[in-house]
Amino acid sequence: MSPVAWLVPVAPAFFAFVALLLGRRLPGGPAVATLLGTVVTTVVAIGLLPSAMQHPARTSIHSWVYTPIGSTGGAMARRYADYAPGTGGLTLHVGTSVNGLSALLAVMVCVVSLLVQVYSIGYLHGDRRLPSYFAWVSLFTAAMLLVVLASDLFELYVGWEVMGICSYLLVGHYRESRGAGLAAIKAFLVTRLGDVAFLFGIFTLGVGAHSFAIADVTRVSGLSHGTVVAGTLLLLGGVAGKSAQFPLQTWLPDAMAGPTPVSALIHAATMVAAGVFVVARLYPDFAASPVTMTVLALAAVVTMLLSALAALVQDDLKRVLAWSTVSQLAYMTAGLAVGGYQPALFHLLNHAAFKALLFLAAGSVLHAVGTNLMSEMGGLWRRMPLTFVTFLVGALALAGVPPFSGAFSKDAILDAARSVASGSRAATGVGSWVGVIVYAAGLLTVVLTALYTTRMVARTFLGPRHDDAALDESSFAMGAPLVVLAVPAAALGVLGFHGLLPTWLPSPVPGTFGVAPAWGPLLVTLALVAVSVVAVLLVVRARPGQDPAALLATPLRGALESGLGVDTAYRRGIVLPVMALGRSMLAFDRDVVDGTVNGAGRAARWAGGVAKLSQNGNVQLYASGMLIGAVVIAIVVAVP
Amino acid sequence: MHLVYPLVVASLLFGIGVYGVLARRNLVLVLMSVELMLNAVNLNLVAFDAWWRDTALHSGQVFALFVIVIAAAELGVGLSIVLSVFRHRSTVNIDEIDQLSDRDPVTR
Repeated sequence: MSPVAWLVPVAPAFFAFVALLLGRRLPGGPAVATLLGTVVTTVVAIGLLPSAMQHPARTSIHSWVYTPIGSTGGAMARRYADYAPGTGGLTLHVGTSVNGLSALLAVMVCVVSLLVQVYSIGYLHGDRRLPSYFAWVSLFTAAMLLVVLASDLFELYVGWEVMGICSYLLVGHYRESRGAGLAAIKAFLVTRLGDVAFLFGIFTLGVGAHSFAIADVTRVSGLSHGTVVAGTLLLLGGVAGKSAQFPLQTWLPDAMAGPTPVSALIHAATMVAAGVFVVARLYPDFAASPVTMTVLALAAVVTMLLSALAALVQDDLKRVLAWSTVSQLAYMTAGLAVGGYQPALFHLLNHAAFKALLFLAAGSVLHAVGTNLMSEMGGLWRRMPLTFVTFLVGALALAGVPPFSGAFSKDAILDAARSVASGSRAATGVGSWVGVIVYAAGLLTVVLTALYTTRMVARTFLGPRHDDAALDESSFAMGAPLVVLAVPAAALGVLGFHGLLPTWLPSPVPGTFGVAPAWGPLLVTLALVAVSVVAVLLVVRARPGQDPAALLATPLRGALESGLGVDTAYRRGIVLPVMALGRSMLAFDRDVVDGTVNGAGRAARWAGGVAKLSQNGNVQLYASGMLIGAVVIAIVVAVP
Repeated sequence: MHLVYPLVVASLLFGIGVYGVLARRNLVLVLMSVELMLNAVNLNLVAFDAWWRDTALHSGQVFALFVIVIAAAELGVGLSIVLSVFRHRSTVNIDEIDQLSDRDPVTR
């Protein structure tokens, strides 16, 4: 395999800094630099594909080993160790590891990033902060590619954290708005919370395996069962944070304050999929710990239902898509938890395509209409036919209507869950009751997904127009990515046929479920989807221009709209106590610590003031003092 | 002559001098009181010189001469300082000359 794989993460990172430093001077703006970098990366990543596809199970590693002084590895280190005391430290691997999974995901990341950057040229035309915008997008791409291609857990962690900071910077792109700043901080802090657990998970696994190289860590035979369970449970924290799974899902809807292309790239297609990717990359470890997989499955069940319900009543188009992303990510984690390795990754690829498409099409609508609220849209299909058609393709894929991509992968996940529920042994060792729960929640979510998707399309594009202001279809820069993305969103489902996926993404663990379209269950879900879609359309037709979600009771709607009060619960349970603690610490610092220090100073001043009462400038007083002193000395000397 | 007479006179002189230094307000009078104290000491020196019959060196008388010379010099310097103070502040009241006091501006 080609040793130039290191170029894949390095090129966009390099061009990110070029864009940041020279962005304003380049002819054509900073986008030229980052697009150049991304094109180079895409070409290299596609160049990695053929050989990776030939031997997808073989991981080709090109890495430099860094060995600290005093450790046992390396001749040089041994020579130093003779006279230098060991300082401890880690043996780190810096380089790339390429197999079928990482090559495929690298291409996916590159393509989505490329399209998003092209789209951004149109979407952010005239923005004041274009250099930093394109630089962060490009740096983000580099970080995601580093995560995908990392050969060492710490290398992966570096990419993981750089993604986090880029997400923070890009969510806060409109930093004049207070909401965007707060959303950025929230996104950063909530994912950070998970990342702390993630880091300790890395420590646990790496120390257990005596190496942080992913190839060593995934060799489960060398690890004790307790280490695997503890390590993977800790890693789940980071997975839940990045992939917005319960209980850390609350940041993603608020992150929609960022520019829409960013939402498409980071908060739909790539970064949020990183959590799923990590579980897949370390699948031997995760599969060896049924406890972790049960926890993951239960979190996924809660997440998919909660977020699908929340998506049902949002009025903000982007928040619908955000909650939908959370819900679809839960499908993936649930699929991995019940042993559906290929179905979950299949869904990851499909989701990246159709959700990026949906976000970009939604961005095209927002750009034209100037509002996020669906209650102020409606009837747009006549004005924006291209956007409508591409959005519809994405929506059909999301709802799971064959032959669009999402249908096959979602069904494959449900198949895996059904197999576990009906008694087949899951490769991850979870009990059949987990399969039952996942299957039931999955079916329910299929219905909910169809409901909110139909409502979203109907509220945005169908129905009466609110005002007749002239709207133009988006420019070429924004339209072209939509068309390009619509192709995989519609057609990626073919990967599920002819056994393509099993050969490209061989499972590292024996006994996982593959992707084999079974028409019987597919018809069941299709019937559920059809009924839901028709029901919503009938409601919309009966009450033109009104929100179908208005049929729900108002208190229920309010609760759903706020994500079932999880945010409020966190506010009451965590934020307010922490702030109260902070305030009491402040008071302690001000009153006790500062009081002591200032009090010492004040006491010294007071004592000095008393002492210098004698220093009043009256020479005769001084002379009296001298006399008294002389007399006292005379008495003391003379009397005894 | 008994030693006690000059000693009593010297003590009285010294006491008057101390009183003058500590209690008088006028700088010139304070200087004069210092002279009184010096002269009380001179009296003591001469009296003890006579009492010890120090005929070889007459060290008491020599000391007294030294003191007189130094007192003259000191008085010259002292009076010129007093004069200079009076020129600057048009007062020789020692209570008003307290520029070297160290008090907080706040507590003053």
